[in-house]
Amino acid sequence: MKENFAISVRELTKRFNDFTAVNAITFDVKQGEIFGFLGANGAGKTTAMRMLCGLSFPTSGQAMVAGYDLYQDAEKIKKSIGYMSQKFSLYEDLTIRENIRFYGGIYGLSDHEIKTKTETLVHQLHLEEQLNKLVKSLPLGWKQKLSFSVAMIHQPKIVFLDEPTGGVDPVTRREFWTLIYEAASQGTTVFVTTHYMDEAEYCDRVSIMVDGRIDALDTPLELKRKFNAPSMEEVFVQLARKAKRTE
Amino acid sequence: MIAVKVDSVKKTFKAEKSVVTALQQINFDVSKGELFGLIGPDGAGKTTLFRILTTLMLADEGTASVDGFDVVRDYKEIRKRVGYMPGRFSLYQDLTVEENLSFFATLFNTSLEENYDLVKAIYQQIEPFKKRRAGALSGGMKQKLALSCALIHRPSVLFLDEPTTGVDAVSRKEFWELLRDLQKHQITIIVSTPYMDEASLCDRVALMQNGKIMEINSPKGITENFKKPLWAVRGENMYQLMQTLQASEVIDSCYPFGQYHHVTFTDAIPDSQVASELAKIAPVTEVKKIPATIEDCFMELMRQ
Repeated sequence: MKENFAISVRELTKRFNDFTAVNAITFDVKQGEIFGFLGANGAGKTTAMRMLCGLSFPTSGQAMVAGYDLYQDAEKIKKSIGYMSQKFSLYEDLTIRENIRFYGGIYGLSDHEIKTKTETLVHQLHLEEQLNKLVKSLPLGWKQKLSFSVAMIHQPKIVFLDEPTGGVDPVTRREFWTLIYEAASQGTTVFVTTHYMDEAEYCDRVSIMVDGRIDALDTPLELKRKFNAPSMEEVFVQLARKAKRTE
Repeated sequence: MIAVKVDSVKKTFKAEKSVVTALQQINFDVSKGELFGLIGPDGAGKTTLFRILTTLMLADEGTASVDGFDVVRDYKEIRKRVGYMPGRFSLYQDLTVEENLSFFATLFNTSLEENYDLVKAIYQQIEPFKKRRAGALSGGMKQKLALSCALIHRPSVLFLDEPTTGVDAVSRKEFWELLRDLQKHQITIIVSTPYMDEASLCDRVALMQNGKIMEINSPKGITENFKKPLWAVRGENMYQLMQTLQASEVIDSCYPFGQYHHVTFTDAIPDSQVASELAKIAPVTEVKKIPATIEDCFMELMRQ
């Protein structure tokens, strides 16, 4: 496996009894790349993502994440990555300041670092006025943007985003992608799942999982050419319709 | 004939120190047999509206009726006639598929057999799992079971709160095909969704944001109301292109849409000069005039 890959996966497999959730997937993600990880519900995305985050042990295969081996250094992987999902974002009954302080503390930032981080982050998101308000009082769009920034608080090499824009209004959804572009342009690798097929077009490369396998992996442009489809939605539908699993 | 009527409905919630307006002055009618969509992001007020129409919550002001019955005075009558699928899965997790269905059928004094023609298309997809407990079903299967339960008493109006949220593109397509089939049974359907592309599958839609309806029309009517010419633009570096265009005074709006940016100009420019005008601002590789999508219209309305 080469050094300059942020994620390098070979024949990675996860079985639950006789059910193969993830079936020998192989792929590399370059540093600073925006990598779209697509698949139908039940195709195995979440299981694969949990393994890459060091939260679930593979049945077989190999993977290097942020330069660490999944089997040897799962704890080091956890420290080198950020993670954000739609469901688990922030503590609703802590203020914005407290959430930042809490996550900064978890990732071992010093008091001084937390202080400067809080300032820059709040300034970036124009949240100065809201700093001492409870997170639950924020509109969803702001919560999601804040949640992303908090996932990036320890400047991780890779950030995993699990459906970060679900339910968000179309303008905020695009502002969110601006944050993703900015993070990627500064060298952070972005690994993202989404059900919005237009968002798949924003990715440098996209993989599509079907029944635990990766059935397609390329740039959106190449995928559309290969499948002779006008949009990523078409590509996705063509592939996902082949699925035999009933989830 | 009008199936659902909403007249000046207002609803506020008291939070710790502030008052949140969930719905302000909502008005609309839905005709019998219509597939009507409430399109908007989280926090638009869609769920609150559903809860008022299904008699689970009282409005502060205004009136509403379902099937000609008042939501306050005739709530018992309405409950017999509507089917409601809440956004959160609300069936009994420790009952099997079969048990859930027969439970809801019994509540309404009916049986699966009696209404089999109506639920058949949906139920057949979950029938292989009928002995499985609802809690152990996958997301897509839960959704189909919930829809079957909401239909078991042959409702005249069906309320579906975000049935496709978090569902993949293929399952979403299939779900909308099911709804189209249900329409043939003369059921009025009100469905909410945050996915703008689903608006085109409804007969009419209300675009909602922050407790207000910004526009009600047929999907075609909404996109035709987009006044400015809209251009799809591509360049080598899309992120940079977006930043440059958004900063330019010549450009009124620029939003990324998949592989293109959608762009409008501040002042009217002849079509033939658009490419050269854009070239003055940033390097572009492709420019074409396009019809607006619902999402373009939604974002334009949000700016007003």
